[in-house]
Amino acid sequence: MANKFRPGWGILPVALFLAAWEVGARLNIIPAQLFFPPFSAVIEEFYTLIVNGVLLDNFLRSLFRVLVGFSLGCLGGLLVGVLMGWKELINKALNPIISILYPIPALGWLPLLMLWIGINEMLPIAIIFICSFFPVCYNTVAGIKGVDKNLIQAARTLGASEFKILTSVVLPLAVPNIFTGLRLEAGMAWRVIIAAEMVAIPTGIGALLMRAESLIRIDIIIVCLMVLSMMCFTFERVFLYLEQRLTAKWR
Amino acid sequence: MMPSIELRGVTNFICRHIDLRIEDGELLVLLGPTGAGKTTLLNVIAGLAEYNGSVLLDGSPIDDTPPHQRGIGYLFQDLALFPHLDVSANITYGLKVQKRPPAEIMTRLKELLRLMRIEHLAHCFPRDLSGGERQKVALARALAPSPQILLLDEPLSNLDLRTSKYLRIELKSLQSKLGITTIYVTHNQREAEELGDRIAVIYQGTLQQVGTPQEIFFNPQNEHVSEFIGSPNILPCKHCREIGQGLMEINTGGLTIIAPYEGTEVNKIAISPRDIYISAEKPPGPDLNRFKGVITEIDPSPPLTRIKLEVGDHTLLAEVPTQIGEEMDLEVGKEVYLILKLRWIKTLIDHSG
Repeated sequence: MANKFRPGWGILPVALFLAAWEVGARLNIIPAQLFFPPFSAVIEEFYTLIVNGVLLDNFLRSLFRVLVGFSLGCLGGLLVGVLMGWKELINKALNPIISILYPIPALGWLPLLMLWIGINEMLPIAIIFICSFFPVCYNTVAGIKGVDKNLIQAARTLGASEFKILTSVVLPLAVPNIFTGLRLEAGMAWRVIIAAEMVAIPTGIGALLMRAESLIRIDIIIVCLMVLSMMCFTFERVFLYLEQRLTAKWR
Repeated sequence: MMPSIELRGVTNFICRHIDLRIEDGELLVLLGPTGAGKTTLLNVIAGLAEYNGSVLLDGSPIDDTPPHQRGIGYLFQDLALFPHLDVSANITYGLKVQKRPPAEIMTRLKELLRLMRIEHLAHCFPRDLSGGERQKVALARALAPSPQILLLDEPLSNLDLRTSKYLRIELKSLQSKLGITTIYVTHNQREAEELGDRIAVIYQGTLQQVGTPQEIFFNPQNEHVSEFIGSPNILPCKHCREIGQGLMEINTGGLTIIAPYEGTEVNKIAISPRDIYISAEKPPGPDLNRFKGVITEIDPSPPLTRIKLEVGDHTLLAEVPTQIGEEMDLEVGKEVYLILKLRWIKTLIDHSG
């Protein structure tokens, strides 16, 4: 089980790192000074971007895309995964197709989707959908197949119908596996959305990053990276927390 | 009496044309070595394995009834407790999926927790229970929906000796209290004798013999049965008389043997080769059930060495662990001492002969 994040001693290395950064930049001991603002300047810019609404606006756009695309992708992956894990016939039918599509990197779909969907809000959502659907589906199938057959037989002799076995025994026991998929993909969704926004979409954190680059605004770039780090981290932690809430009692 | 379960010509990948009747309220032990088809036969009855032939419950065939409607309580060998449910939820699982009223479920839960003496464990999860406790929970879960038939698959094989002996006694008294028709699978002959009203010996998917423990033990019908129950030495009983302390003295024509007294005269006695103790020196203790014998044959096939001995007018078969046999320098013609272990001498009261 992953260790829980506890603020405390973990803060110390971060603080030392930031201090070194600040001092290094202020003392002018790093070459290419223009390209290296001190930490305090970055924080200042962070504040400005929040106040003038630029950061919030772009962040909310990215967040919205991630939430919608990720939710749909997970729901779809879960649904198809449950069907495949539970009904061997469906598994036999879909598994070959999924095995072919799964290895394609989500961003590889981008050019195709740009032409199919066009450059609009649906594009990033579709990319996120693809990026979350396959892994969640895959982990769900693995989770369901991994449930001890004896437990299913036991439920059967106790009078449970097939559907009841699925909801009361198989799914709860597949939760750890399913959540591993969700957790990994929650961070992945952020990585993918940024790339998509950098390449194809004029709004969102990724687009903001690219604009900052063309204006040589290192401070804005670093602000964006900080936001991304926080979001990936938060998403993964939320799923870790949910998983532990659901399974801590019996695992 | 009406048979509670009847198997007619059950055949599948391991079972070979099995006919078997289990009477209402009976405890039948299915005895056989690993891989003989014991578990498969239970799965056939529970509807979890495919088969040809017919299974009848109270006279009517249930071959087309799916497992969840057969009304059978099944205790699996690995117990198969639901790890994500606590003890209470495990026990009431069957009642809940059958949508019994909540009040009934609560009453039944309390009843079973009390019956199994596990009230204090109601909110524990399976991972926190000991082997014996898990066994009780699994049994309570199987009994909860009040099944007509109880199938037990080696329920005690994974427990330490003492717990398993204790639970065996509990199980037997529980079964007779509930009067539930039970099939108990084991490869342990002692367990079979202690528990079974009748024993069915199964070997390579074929029923070899069905009978009371005494019938099986004193009259094994073929070499598979005889081999499996340990080829007992069977001695005739010429005279016997009670000598107090729950014991009797039996004259077998040559040997005078002390055996547990069961309240009646006996016709035959039997003792397993493994229950005969062999010693090169004269053993200490009173001169009871101790005899001198001459080795006539030795068959060292590890882990056991089988020894044929001439004792008085009788030939007895004994077994010792091969290593101990080697240390004792056993050889044909050598004279050794035997002790027949008192509590393992079985007596047959055969009214017909």
